[in-house]
Amino acid sequence: MANDNRKAADTKAKLSAFLIKNALYLVMLILLGIIVMISPNFLRLQNFYFIVTQSSSRIILALGVASIIVLGYTDLSLGRSVGMAAIISSSLLQAVNYSQRIFPKLPQLPIFVPILAVMALCALFMVAQGLVVSKLKVAPFIASLGFQLVIYGLQSLYIDEFNDSSPIGGFDPKFSRFAQGAIEFDNFRIPYLILYALAAAIIVWFIWNKTKLGRNMYAIGGNVEAATVSGVNVVANILIIYVIAGLMYGFGGALEGARTGSVTNMLGQGYELDAIAACVVGGVSMRGGVGTVVGVVTGVLMFQIINYGLVFIGVNPYVQYIVKGMIIILAVAIDSQKYIKRK
Amino acid sequence: MYVLEMRGISKQFPGVKALDDAQLFLRPGTVHALMGENGAGKSTLMKCLFGIYRKDSGEILLDGKTVAFESPRQALDSGVSMVHQELNQVLERSVLDNIWLGRLPIKGIVVDDVRMLSETNSVFKKLQIHVNPQKKIGALSVSERQMVEIAKAVSCNARIIVLDEPTSSLTENEVEHLFTIIRTLKKEGVAVIYISHKMEEILAIADEVTVMRDGKWIATEKSGDLTKDRIISLMVGRDLAKLYPPKTNKPSDEVVLSVRDLSGTYQPSINDVSFDLFKGEILGVSGLVGSRRTELVETIFGLRKKRKGEIHVGGKRITRHFPRASIASGLGLVTEERRATGIFPLLNIQFNAMIANIDAYARFGVMRYKRAAKDTQWVIDALSVKTPSQKAAIANLSGGNQQKVILGRWLLTSPKVLLLDEPTRGIDVGAKFEIYQLMIDLANKGNSVLFISSEMPELLGVADRILVMSNGRMAGIVDAAKTSQEEILKLAAMYI
Repeated sequence: MANDNRKAADTKAKLSAFLIKNALYLVMLILLGIIVMISPNFLRLQNFYFIVTQSSSRIILALGVASIIVLGYTDLSLGRSVGMAAIISSSLLQAVNYSQRIFPKLPQLPIFVPILAVMALCALFMVAQGLVVSKLKVAPFIASLGFQLVIYGLQSLYIDEFNDSSPIGGFDPKFSRFAQGAIEFDNFRIPYLILYALAAAIIVWFIWNKTKLGRNMYAIGGNVEAATVSGVNVVANILIIYVIAGLMYGFGGALEGARTGSVTNMLGQGYELDAIAACVVGGVSMRGGVGTVVGVVTGVLMFQIINYGLVFIGVNPYVQYIVKGMIIILAVAIDSQKYIKRK
Repeated sequence: MYVLEMRGISKQFPGVKALDDAQLFLRPGTVHALMGENGAGKSTLMKCLFGIYRKDSGEILLDGKTVAFESPRQALDSGVSMVHQELNQVLERSVLDNIWLGRLPIKGIVVDDVRMLSETNSVFKKLQIHVNPQKKIGALSVSERQMVEIAKAVSCNARIIVLDEPTSSLTENEVEHLFTIIRTLKKEGVAVIYISHKMEEILAIADEVTVMRDGKWIATEKSGDLTKDRIISLMVGRDLAKLYPPKTNKPSDEVVLSVRDLSGTYQPSINDVSFDLFKGEILGVSGLVGSRRTELVETIFGLRKKRKGEIHVGGKRITRHFPRASIASGLGLVTEERRATGIFPLLNIQFNAMIANIDAYARFGVMRYKRAAKDTQWVIDALSVKTPSQKAAIANLSGGNQQKVILGRWLLTSPKVLLLDEPTRGIDVGAKFEIYQLMIDLANKGNSVLFISSEMPELLGVADRILVMSNGRMAGIVDAAKTSQEEILKLAAMYI
């Protein structure tokens, strides 16, 4: 009798665990259903092509910050890092015949030079931030809040000094093609953007699942005490993860600059929140130690589908904010249910 | 001669001298028991060896060479491994990942999962551990997790293995299994430091015994020359007869707390527990780690939800099942983890003493500190809390004095029943005696006490009856005056 009771309770627990695990996907599906009902055109392949293309740089950035979240930390400096990378790379990659060139005497640089330079610069800032959080034990929320202000200040000084705070434009066509180009077949084209995102996903997947660094990252996020007594060099691993995140911010920033075609120092603002939200929606726990690459990619795509869909059916932009905000809260609430210690 | 020498080790924590000129000499191929009561400094000494804590003074020699490990990594590299009492494991990861954490084998740049699996399987086979290495470690039972930790330490090929309370969650058969493993290691020349306070185990497995008390080295002797009584008197430093205060309380036959068919909502938890606690009685609760003793008191107190069952306090049925209501109906709970769920470390004694009874000191929500100060002074005097003032932060007191403040906190709520979860853990012998005395005094005044402890002698010495938990269920209630440790252990393994 008692056993039956327990079995029933078990089944109930399993069902609610399943619902909790998938509630978010369910809500997203319902939203998608509503969008499709209002406008069946939404299901055309064309739209999904746009969505995937638009998601690409977001996937790269979300994967960058995801490693930090798996460590059990967070990073609010993502958006401003992206802005800094975009400003610096685009300022160095204006076409030589463009009349308002910021550095008129600068020769035509091969595009990989400025791109690698901004990746290195972002990585440098992330090393500093990594040291502050792991050595000085500053809460990552505060440390990254401080760093994003510093970065924003520096990039604003840069743009004021050299470009009188007007937007940076007139790019080298090669730089524009870097983000806007595609591999063309007869009647089908694969944008470079998608390939970059795919490459980033594969690299990050490899790091998370196949390398020592990845295993250590999960261990540090899951139980830093256990990692320490097992002899893991916690600080070194944190720093490497931060460097990788920085490299991805730098690359994503250059990409965003080239994609938008005209860069102001507002570029990147709020990107960190979109990236973190996508991670959480994709099942990366803010408590650390849990998360998958597939989850992060799915999170970004789902977010983008809803975003694009709401625009598609003409929902008031302010209402879109409300819907997005509620999805984020729901995502974190569900995440908390999974890991809460039930008493 | 010695593989490890530790001399004159001292370590100071805020408010307490954890180690005071402690020492330990370890021969290769032997099992060296490190004994002492909770809070004697055994774990701290080992953490100084393993590079988790930095010693304030003293020296450590490994094979005659001075070492000073600054991190567990360095200790592991020098052939010292340790099974920690608190089972430091990454619950979301697999058994494999946990065993190889910190020394993952790689092939090129890729982690060599194949090698990890095959080597783990051979270690498990050698040690006869039957656990699927690919399972998430969080899905294992506590005793399985314990065995995995031991396998991890063994697989490091260490020359010195420290086992810190390795049997606290093991049944008798599993303990025998562990001993077989230890004997194999001994033959291979490994030196084992075995921390425990269970006499039978020590006399069965150890070659030498070092006893510590209050952070000090007391004695090192061959285990063949020792008897249980001799070890106990070394550990507690006073006459056996004076270990426990005289039991003067006389339980009446009036039921104060009655629990019927109590089961927790979120399993694993307790199931179908029923018992009565009488006025003026001290009821001990025994069981292995993982037997859900803590869940029992927390469910009674309303800190955990109950799926079914009834609780009566003083004849009245509890209908509102949450801590605030429980306090109002006359229950008080001193939690197990004093630091995590007992004290407000940075706040002062007065705050810590009055917080459970705060309604009595407020008028329309505004605090009236005069009465609070008076009651706090009563706590300090009645329990002889050693503190410079009421305004001292509680973190600066010793563990024993902190615990007295927490007990005082609950006495101020005038409870009918006090639920005490390991109230003497991590406090010195003198303070323990005072807490036993306090429990008996309370029982004499007609209060009742439910008293969880992992230390069987203390249950036998203080309790009137002992309730034994086994795997979430009640295995029986025995008369403390007539039972034996053997009977209790047998009951504790009943539902495993």
